[in-house]
Amino acid sequence: MADIAARSPTVSMGDNRSSLHKLMQRKSTIAFLMALPLILLVLILVAYPAGYAVYLATLNKGMTRFVGFGNFEFLFGRETFWMVVYQSCLFAITAVIFKAIIGFVVAHFVHNIPSKGQRKWRGMLLVPWVIPPAMSTLAWLWLFDPSYSAINWILAHFGIAGIPWTGETDWARFSVILVNVWIGSPFFMIMYLAALKSVPEQLYEAASIDGATWWQRIWFVTLPMMRNIIAITALFSLIVTFANFDIVRVLTAGGPLNSTHIFGTWAFRVGIEGGDIPLGAAVSLFMVPILAVAATFILRDITKRGSEV
Amino acid sequence: MASSKVSRRRFVAGTATLSTAMVAAPFVRGAYAAGKLSVGLWDHWVPGANKASEEIIKAWADKEKVDVTIDYITSQGNKILLTSAAEAQAKSGHDILAISTWLPSRYADLLVPMNDVMDQLIKQNGAVNSTVEYLGKIDGKWIAVPATIGSQIKGPCSRIDYLKQFAGIDIQAMYPAGAPPKADDWTFDTFMKAAEACHKGGHSFGIGCGTTSDSVDSAGAFFHGFGAHLVDAKGNITVKSDNVRKALDFYKRLMSFLPPDVPAWDDASNNKWLVSGKGAMIMNPPSAWSVAKRDAPQVAEQLWTHGFPKGPAGRYAPFLPYFWGTWKFSKNQSAAKSLLLALSQPAAVEQLVAASGGYDLPSFSKLTTFKIWAEEAPPKGTLYHYPNPYDAQVLSIAAAPAPHKIGEQIYTQAIMTQMVVRHAKGEAMEKTLDWATREIEGFSRN
Repeated sequence: MADIAARSPTVSMGDNRSSLHKLMQRKSTIAFLMALPLILLVLILVAYPAGYAVYLATLNKGMTRFVGFGNFEFLFGRETFWMVVYQSCLFAITAVIFKAIIGFVVAHFVHNIPSKGQRKWRGMLLVPWVIPPAMSTLAWLWLFDPSYSAINWILAHFGIAGIPWTGETDWARFSVILVNVWIGSPFFMIMYLAALKSVPEQLYEAASIDGATWWQRIWFVTLPMMRNIIAITALFSLIVTFANFDIVRVLTAGGPLNSTHIFGTWAFRVGIEGGDIPLGAAVSLFMVPILAVAATFILRDITKRGSEV
Repeated sequence: MASSKVSRRRFVAGTATLSTAMVAAPFVRGAYAAGKLSVGLWDHWVPGANKASEEIIKAWADKEKVDVTIDYITSQGNKILLTSAAEAQAKSGHDILAISTWLPSRYADLLVPMNDVMDQLIKQNGAVNSTVEYLGKIDGKWIAVPATIGSQIKGPCSRIDYLKQFAGIDIQAMYPAGAPPKADDWTFDTFMKAAEACHKGGHSFGIGCGTTSDSVDSAGAFFHGFGAHLVDAKGNITVKSDNVRKALDFYKRLMSFLPPDVPAWDDASNNKWLVSGKGAMIMNPPSAWSVAKRDAPQVAEQLWTHGFPKGPAGRYAPFLPYFWGTWKFSKNQSAAKSLLLALSQPAAVEQLVAASGGYDLPSFSKLTTFKIWAEEAPPKGTLYHYPNPYDAQVLSIAAAPAPHKIGEQIYTQAIMTQMVVRHAKGEAMEKTLDWATREIEGFSRN
């Protein structure tokens, strides 16, 4: 431990060497050195690209001169941009709400399964989350295929007309949200399950003695005990869902009529495919204030939890 | 040890001689004496097609003593597009890179002019079509060399039996193998009647109206056929013209005879539509036919690739060329140019075309009559008219003649197909035109 290292005897070999030695023995120095590889990784893979994106967003289309906030001003005047803002919010908020509800319900089901068979169920339910999203979305693409949808094929057997899963605005939005919920719900489930297992059984027993119904037990015991984990999971998921790319890209590529584009996919369309890299960078940076608010909530909640503990 | 003093005059004379020798004879003999060259080519979807380019490059490298490395980069997931973007940003990368249709103009400032190479190739292989010139020649300078690998015409590929049965059209007689087309009657009107008849017969045409290139290319050719340009060559927005209105009305009617899900189609959807036996026609290079030959031979036997119908303003077919470019930061530009010349020699081009089963198209007028297109089967001669051997149609690109920076945005953001779908779904014509005008105004910024 660092404490032991700090108490080790020092050999006096001059003032400089002695002070360096002392510095190296300080807990904070050791902690910094141990964290240094990670700090370097974050600087190289996160800070530098983020800084470069900010720099790119301040250039003109030809990347030849500085335009300040010109790209952002331009975006504010674009109809498609506001459509993308609306769609990103709709996609992220709706998906997180459904993921939270489904995760909560399924976690309760799994929690009530006898411990002998619980592990199998937990494993199976995690499958959508552990498959790479681009792969599973490809399977969904085949299920939703405009002409050969497997789901429509089944519906046709019941005399129900085929649904334009990715061809009509509302259905296409529904489809991308559905796939996101399918992929993301297991994460909520496993987090909520962990939280449920930490709720002391005595609280439920006390509630039962007091004559609480199942709903009252959930409302007055389970939810307050899970409050922090629910908040953190939801906010964490909100960040990840806002920054989603692969599901929309694979399933609809933003169509039809740009009605499923979110920040990530539209930034790619404008910046890489369309050759306007500064504008693409500006689109992707627009996520920052939204995600920063979410991150602030997360950090505040974590601090609160920490002080409660 | 003897020493001699080198005068300034002698030093200048010596270095000048050395420089002249290096420029005049860059590929002197010796193992890899002419240095290294890295090449990034499009990874061909036809199995074994990469082998042909590898052989050509290896033969050149052995002769010129250049150490060549080849990377075959897939276009799946836009990897080749991302590679060019990354190399342009990093100012480092391949000496020769395959770049897609609009990229020569995007990277014009970063690419080595190829006038010397193109002058030689045009003299030898014949002229290139106006679309290749529009895309590859910027401000009078050739910025890239049109690549054989990956270049394609997306004309109609039709079911011989369905067109005969439902529309009374003998497409083989109209486009006979080994002879010029007799397609005077193959007009937009005939096309529309055939689309309606096949739709009623349960085998609709499969023309996508999504946002991927197959859909955009088809719309572009129809718009050209009406003389409908969204932006003129000077950059003026010309959306609100009668020709654009006519093109939109034409497409609105056409969409009523297409599968209802065409707004959601991608570049694979039309292929599947044809190979499944459902479709009577798609607009595609012979990849769908090639897949049918393998997976559904009974469908392949009925397929015929032919020319586009003629519109009021002419007969236009979509042409999507790939290019090969060399970055200005390339360290071996002279070797790169030498290899580009080698890759476009008639024998090499024929080898590349044969390896792709006739899919790849050279852009030069004298290279459109290789025997593979006449011999490919079934049915024999199915690809004969694919390379436009009689120059019977104008090869075009959607969004031309707009200035490149605007045209690229119109193309990649699929403005034409979006206009088509908006209007076909009931949006008033003027509202659709207003929307397109606002979008294009945004593309015009510098």
